[in-house]
Amino acid sequence: MNKNPIMQIKNLKKTYNTGKANEVRAVDNISFDIYEGETFGLVGESGSGKSTTGKLLMKLESMTDGQVIFLGESIQNKRSRHDLLAFRKNIQMIFQDPYASLNPKMTVKDIIGGPLEVHRLVSSRKERDQVVYSLLEQVGLSQSFANRYPKEFSGGQCQRIGIARALALQPKFIIADEAISALDVSIQAQIVNLMRQLKQEANLTYLFIAHDLSMVKYISDRIAVMNRGKILELATSDDIYHVPLHPYTASLLSAIPEPDPESERNRQRTTYDESKFTYEQDDPAVGLFEITDKHFVYCHKDEVVGYKEKAERLKQEIMI
Amino acid sequence: MAINSILSVKDLTISFNTFEGEVNAVRGVTFDLKEGETLALVGESGSGKSVSTKAITQLLPQRHTTISKGEIWYHDHDLLKKSSKEMKKIRGKDIAMIFQDPMTSLNPTLTVGRQIAEPLIEHRGMTKQAAKVEAIALMRKVGIVAAEQRFHQYPHQFSGGMRQRVMIAIALACHPKILIADEPTTALDVTIQAQIIDLLKELQAEFATSTIFITHDLGVVANIADRVAVMYAGKIVEIGTVDEIFYNPKHPYTWGLLASMPTMKMDNDDLYTIPGSPPNLLNVPTGDPFSSRNMYALEIDFQEEPPMFKVSETHYAATWLLHPDAPSIEVPEEIKRRNEQFVSILAAKGADSDE
Repeated sequence: MNKNPIMQIKNLKKTYNTGKANEVRAVDNISFDIYEGETFGLVGESGSGKSTTGKLLMKLESMTDGQVIFLGESIQNKRSRHDLLAFRKNIQMIFQDPYASLNPKMTVKDIIGGPLEVHRLVSSRKERDQVVYSLLEQVGLSQSFANRYPKEFSGGQCQRIGIARALALQPKFIIADEAISALDVSIQAQIVNLMRQLKQEANLTYLFIAHDLSMVKYISDRIAVMNRGKILELATSDDIYHVPLHPYTASLLSAIPEPDPESERNRQRTTYDESKFTYEQDDPAVGLFEITDKHFVYCHKDEVVGYKEKAERLKQEIMI
Repeated sequence: MAINSILSVKDLTISFNTFEGEVNAVRGVTFDLKEGETLALVGESGSGKSVSTKAITQLLPQRHTTISKGEIWYHDHDLLKKSSKEMKKIRGKDIAMIFQDPMTSLNPTLTVGRQIAEPLIEHRGMTKQAAKVEAIALMRKVGIVAAEQRFHQYPHQFSGGMRQRVMIAIALACHPKILIADEPTTALDVTIQAQIIDLLKELQAEFATSTIFITHDLGVVANIADRVAVMYAGKIVEIGTVDEIFYNPKHPYTWGLLASMPTMKMDNDDLYTIPGSPPNLLNVPTGDPFSSRNMYALEIDFQEEPPMFKVSETHYAATWLLHPDAPSIEVPEEIKRRNEQFVSILAAKGADSDE
């Protein structure tokens, strides 16, 4: 995989109700890079700030502070319609609820063809329809769907329509926010396979936001674990699962039920005691530290040695 | 194993009258709930799992529902023959329910305490004072700290997990014989889900409640169930003990469900998928409704629905593959792996009983 960052996120912050009693630091000073061609998983429980992060990167929300560089350009300064159009041609989103994110009054043809017209990528209706047909085929739907309405389709089919719409502009980067969690198990697998296949065909980069760790592990190259607006751990997906260093990651992993009665009977859950991992606000000695190669943990600089030992220990356990 | 059944559902057949026509939501469902067990009903949306259990408590919209066939035996009563007045005495007392979304199933305008006390006053004839004491005890039991203060709070002041604990307290207030939990953890985060499942298991052991647990999450099923019934297109297609369903499944639909879930051990191969989507129950196709998605479908699958074939005393599956004349087929890799596990589990069990 080549290591050119397609997006660099530096000290990104989003604070709601700044200065009031109910101030919420939804995204609290996070930094990471997303490389071209990778699938980056962002996991966390509700309220962790993962969806807000996704919206900030798409400019659907404005950031409080920080910098986001996409394809070499800072996104803050993009305010004019012209700039925003150019920006969003390369970055698209797939949403959680396939019914709520498709306009019920529009035909599938208009939904998928909409972005093409807004961006003036087609010169005639006929040309637009041709593109729509080939997009439908790409996501595994028949051309005959084009003149029908979203309500006529199942959840999985609607999600395919949502994916076709995201692909219409041939973006480089796609943010999928809980794109499969509303679907049935057998349909989830179909959509995940489709997303993987499209990624290869169209050379896409994904930011895959989800709470379901087993799916995220399956689809992602690297994973960041978020909690209360902070990234607590960032590593390759293998490392996150085999060498989880932060206790919060370990507790999340231990809570995922597996479809295997025998391992469920022997399951040991670990609980996360948040009070032990709360630091002074804005303490300069606290941050994401690289513990082993490309494996980062949010901690105090004095704790780094301890995490290094832990990593060593866990790695040896795997060897045995 | 002479464990008595506390509830018997026989040949339950339910349809809804809609704008577009008659939807055959439940097409002949038969199962027993044994005393003290947890039976999981698994299936995708529209498979009929919620509808079947709502019929037990008469919670289906009467105007649009036709229950054309079937019996639901609880003790010596057929619940389908009860008037809605008689049912009111059973619902919440003998048979209690927990639903998926604790926000919409609690009344936002009443304090939590009042909602927990209500069944105590209604069904157990307690005074207001006694009910309050009991309600606070229940809140403690389900793990709500500072119960005295929280008794006076409203649902919006509780988090999702805490609201679900309130629902559980209400459901268990009258020590029901049967608990129907309809996707009780689906809306919760994984760590909270784990807590709620542990709580349910603990309380179930204490109150000896028999539970029907509805979910689509096979991980949760593996954790909580004694027996599992897999539903598809309004029918139970396979039923057995949790080990039989997870390690020795016989129905291709069960194979598909198990194989399409990524496990932590899995490498980055493509996920196994069940092609297509579930049938529209407005027009149930002839033959086995699963046949069009079934790569193992035989010719007969398109003509006739398979009956339940017996695999063991506790394990039944509705697939023609179990017919003596069926050709032998190659099962998916994931299922082979599971079958090997089944052999070793059986061996371990055999060794136990020899001792």
